[in-house]
Amino acid sequence: MTKQIHLAAHFPGVNNTTVWSDPRSGSQIDFDSFRYLARTAERGKFDFFFLAEGLRLREMKGRIHDLDVVGRPESLTVLSALAAVTTHLGLAATVNSTFNEPYEVARRLASLDHLSGGRAAWNVVTSFDAFTGENFRRGGFLEEADRYTRAAEFLQTARELWDSWAPDAVAADPGTGAFIRHGGITPFRHQGRHFDISGRFNVPRGPQGHPVIIQAGDSEEGREFAASTADVIFSRHSKLDEGRAFYRDVKRRLAAYGRRPEELKILPAVTYVLGDTDAEAAERAAEIRRAQVSPQTALAFVEGVWGRDLSGYDPDGPLPDLEPDLDEGVSKGRAQFRRDRGEVAAKWRALAQEKNLSIRELVIEVAAPQTFIGTPRSVADEIDAFVQADAADGFIFVPHLTPGGLDDLVDKVVPLLQEKGVFRADYTGPTLRDHLGLTKETR
Amino acid sequence: MTLHLAVALDGAGWHPAAWRDEGTRPDRLFTAGYWAELVLEAERGLLDWVTFEDSLGLQSSRFDAPDDRLDQVRGRLDAVLLASSLAPLTTRIGLIPTTSTTHTEPFHVAIGIASLDHVSRGRAGWRPRVSARPDEAAHFGRRAFPPLDLSDPAIAEHVAKLFGEAADAVEVVRRLWDSWDDDAEIRDVATGRFIDRDRLHYIDFQGEWFSVKGPSITPRSPQGQPLVTSLAHDTLPYEFAARGGDVVYVTPRDREDAEEIVGRVRAAEAAVGRSGPPLKILADLVVFLGGVDRKARLDDLDGAELVSDAHVFVGTADRLAGLLLDWRDAGLDGYRLRPGVLPHDLTAITRVLVPELQSRGAFRRAYETADLRGRLGLSRPPSRYRQAS
Repeated sequence: MTKQIHLAAHFPGVNNTTVWSDPRSGSQIDFDSFRYLARTAERGKFDFFFLAEGLRLREMKGRIHDLDVVGRPESLTVLSALAAVTTHLGLAATVNSTFNEPYEVARRLASLDHLSGGRAAWNVVTSFDAFTGENFRRGGFLEEADRYTRAAEFLQTARELWDSWAPDAVAADPGTGAFIRHGGITPFRHQGRHFDISGRFNVPRGPQGHPVIIQAGDSEEGREFAASTADVIFSRHSKLDEGRAFYRDVKRRLAAYGRRPEELKILPAVTYVLGDTDAEAAERAAEIRRAQVSPQTALAFVEGVWGRDLSGYDPDGPLPDLEPDLDEGVSKGRAQFRRDRGEVAAKWRALAQEKNLSIRELVIEVAAPQTFIGTPRSVADEIDAFVQADAADGFIFVPHLTPGGLDDLVDKVVPLLQEKGVFRADYTGPTLRDHLGLTKETR
Repeated sequence: MTLHLAVALDGAGWHPAAWRDEGTRPDRLFTAGYWAELVLEAERGLLDWVTFEDSLGLQSSRFDAPDDRLDQVRGRLDAVLLASSLAPLTTRIGLIPTTSTTHTEPFHVAIGIASLDHVSRGRAGWRPRVSARPDEAAHFGRRAFPPLDLSDPAIAEHVAKLFGEAADAVEVVRRLWDSWDDDAEIRDVATGRFIDRDRLHYIDFQGEWFSVKGPSITPRSPQGQPLVTSLAHDTLPYEFAARGGDVVYVTPRDREDAEEIVGRVRAAEAAVGRSGPPLKILADLVVFLGGVDRKARLDDLDGAELVSDAHVFVGTADRLAGLLLDWRDAGLDGYRLRPGVLPHDLTAITRVLVPELQSRGAFRRAYETADLRGRLGLSRPPSRYRQAS
């Protein structure tokens, strides 16, 4: 059988991908927005709906960043509400493993799994910064080098907690008077470097056994962590060549953990723009990029790379003559530029000179273009080709509009994928593990 | 004046053998459908709100430690998530989950309850609860708690510290709820700004147990300040409620006791210098309603008579209505009823007790307000950080 595609929907985030200036842009906090987008994804038979999270508002130059959407709900709380208004859609929450404790996270995810009838997923993210830590009891207690050791031990501990209730622990048999089967709950004890805990877990094992585990890190450690224990990778490699290299690399790592390649699904985050013709789609894509990079946002991007306050500069003028300040960053609370900022600045300067670009034109040019741009037919073909070429197992679509940003994808592209026989015409089981073709965790 | 009537939901009901009663569905306790039926029934009965019990340890017949009993309900769903899953299915009833002030991060609580308020459009409350048990502390492994030996004077000190920490947690949560002005979102295309960051506020809380910077990641919720409610049996928790709460649940044994407790709550308000509206005082009662004495049968099954911190009422709804009106004159604003058996005693409340109270002019015939604060006559407070403009 042709390889089947997996699709997921990302609620629009708090970066400049989300266009809030468009008159069609709705509330980022009203429950109706979440309900609308989740129901759209379910109408499209998507595997799951994904919520990101950040536990401190981003800052630029020591002040709250005000140019992008700001403000989100707590992800598990909203997903629990969505469980009541959807029937099959998987519900994926981003939950930080640094500023939480395993007992609490394990019980909340098990609870969502019960409330949704087996549709819970956990995107395990790590952070270590003292900046975020200022909102929590322990502050910036974790060294960067330890963020994955803690995440790995955190997840391992959560699995021990879920496993401490037998699948049939709840007898609820008034005839025998046994609510819990004898031996149904095993006391747990975990002694490790990051956690030394013991006792009894207090939520029965969820319908999926363990929720689906998602991991998004791209570093060597992140890839190894995913290969050892995740069910889904949220990848950033949305170009065909990079995607294939990443896919090969990660799938190859699975054997060392006794896992088969199909036990880990690789889903890059992608964007898309449709038009009736390729030219119309390209024109719309350019318009959207322009809306995503306002003059103020353009300047903020350059400030982020230069590490300097450039508020006196004209976004429609040339790049500053100043050299970047490589010691101090100006941006906090977001994924930092991993590459050397000096190198990026040199590249940007060369590009601006070569094409004679203003600051804003440059940022529009270097901001990643939408992944799929074209007619519904050409986008469907491209999506399918990408998956069949083993550059991905499917995609997490990030719309640029709340909440209508996936309407045309679901209405126009999904039917074509279904026609090709590469995407489900309907759900074949009730749980997210069913949708992803993963086995129930029976450990 | 209408009584305020809330119902406390937990498992199959408040009798430990309730799950063995006819008509219960113990196999469905961990499904969304079970809870949806209960809360929809409570809403049909026009009740003020429902509360959801929770703890960070397994239920036990002992107050101080886990037991090994297999013949009682064990296991619970996270109360905030449970409440949230019920929000889209209801439109008027308040939803009040319990969380721990001892082990759960105040920041997580603040965004969870604020999100529940967004999802329910202004029907969220919060019941903060202290966790003193050493087994719960061992689930977190960050602090070792002493055994709860009540004859040990050190225990009083331990509990007092936990209440001090809880008061700080309530303060932090309330500050975070106020950390966004209502009009912080401006979407000003001309300046490219989504928010006016001068309308977001650091809370800069520094206390003995933790410090929290803020602001919240969640915009101010429909009620601004969701309803804070707590259960109290003594001076220390009365003062805790008086410092940061809107509603206190108390446990009088009879009308005289109710009078005394109301006096102690008012004294606690004075002692902590409470400003703002006085606490609403609701008495907790465990209720077994109807002509048949279910409680006696369940006591037999459980092997012991039901022990409760609250008065246990067994009798007809008609007689209960009389008791509620009689005790009200002691200065109570209403009651939180704990149904002995679910759904039986909940249905008796909504279908027999409520009409009886209505016929005596003591209970609403329709919901007048959509939000929970309004139902208690509490206004929507402006943010404490809002600059006069």
